Amino acid sequence: MAQNHQDQDHHDHDHHAHEESELSPMDLRVRALESVLVEKGYVDPAALDALIETYETKVGPHNGARVVARAWVDPTFRARLLADATPAMRELGIGGRGGEHMVVVANTPETHNLVVCTLCSCYPWPVLGLPPVWYKSPPYRSRAVIEPRAVLGEFGVTLPASQGIRVWDSTAELRYMVLPMRPAGTAGLDEAALAALVTRDAMIGTGLPRPPGGAG
Amino acid sequence: MNGGQDLGGMHGFGPIAPEADEPRFHAAWEKRVFGLAMAMGYTGVWNLDASRSAREALPPGEYLTSSYYAIWLKALERQVRAHELATLEELSSGTVSTPPAPVARVLKGEAVEPLFARGFPSDRPVDAPARFAAGERVRARILNPAGHTRLPRYVRGHVGTVETVHGGFVFPDTNARLAGEAPQWLYTVRFCGRDLWGAEAEPGHAVSVNAFESYLEPVEPEPVP
Repeated sequence: MAQNHQDQDHHDHDHHAHEESELSPMDLRVRALESVLVEKGYVDPAALDALIETYETKVGPHNGARVVARAWVDPTFRARLLADATPAMRELGIGGRGGEHMVVVANTPETHNLVVCTLCSCYPWPVLGLPPVWYKSPPYRSRAVIEPRAVLGEFGVTLPASQGIRVWDSTAELRYMVLPMRPAGTAGLDEAALAALVTRDAMIGTGLPRPPGGAG
Repeated sequence: MNGGQDLGGMHGFGPIAPEADEPRFHAAWEKRVFGLAMAMGYTGVWNLDASRSAREALPPGEYLTSSYYAIWLKALERQVRAHELATLEELSSGTVSTPPAPVARVLKGEAVEPLFARGFPSDRPVDAPARFAAGERVRARILNPAGHTRLPRYVRGHVGTVETVHGGFVFPDTNARLAGEAPQWLYTVRFCGRDLWGAEAEPGHAVSVNAFESYLEPVEPEPVP
């Protein structure tokens, strides 16, 4: 990350170089705030660049997909993951801000798990990255706890009536990730190929893994 | 706070609108707000709970009609002014006209990767033994604090079952007002959908929250007839 600071330092100036008229009121307002906080010495511009670069390009659902694939191929890892997810994920080098206290909940034929944060936007950053807008928005936050089956329907997921739905409202600093069931027909796939089937939504619970063979 | 942030169970917000190939940020200013909020959070002038509290203190009408990062921005501006880190005039003009206030820490660029990869754990030792045990029936207290709380309205007054005892964690209600971490035992409490939403609840539906010990009270056993 450190090597990129030179390049990143220019990013901000590029965007300031546009005509004033091209900047929205929000651009101007945020630029004023940033200028003041930087000039007063509260914020290091290099830290802003590093934060943005980290969460825009480095941290994302590919991390969670690696965790899921490992759990599918390694029963002892799966057991450690379900017993205490934070150290298990550290075995794969995954963890940090927004995932200090991870909990992994496994889907079964009897129970499908769905994660929400009704009060704000709590989301397991180290495994899934920053949350999508819909996860942070009133429709999902209001409805996931009262009509999860209808919510899943809007994501194109129809579960058998015999499969209950367990909703996990992230109201403290525990962060949840769903461990989906391994799709049928994947016995011959290696860990990397399995990880490619694991979508972000499958780890929130609003989706299911892709079927093998590229149909998804 | 019974504010615009406490959305569980509300009606009328319409369908969920997933966006295909959604970018992480939808405007350049959103990235800057994200970075500024993270960096200012590190200064030690306030904490994560205080930031959540500042966001949900927006009037409900404003909270519900502001985009996510607009909420972050408005709350950050309020915090900066409330802690006298900058004046309204400075934020309006973008020009500094008062001396800086002291802050405990400044996040340096080279420190971002190691610090954020390690994280900022919020578990803390608690001296007293846990009051509740896994399997115990508990009631979520009827509480309506005007300040920050993490007990959503939709579970207040309802009976659920303690599923997991997690250990001690920073108590958001006090931490948000910078009145101390006052750690408490944290539990996962599971509620039956019908208990929360009535007979028309979807079948096979259960919801859990993470509840601090002071949010919960014991349920008296049913009298034996």
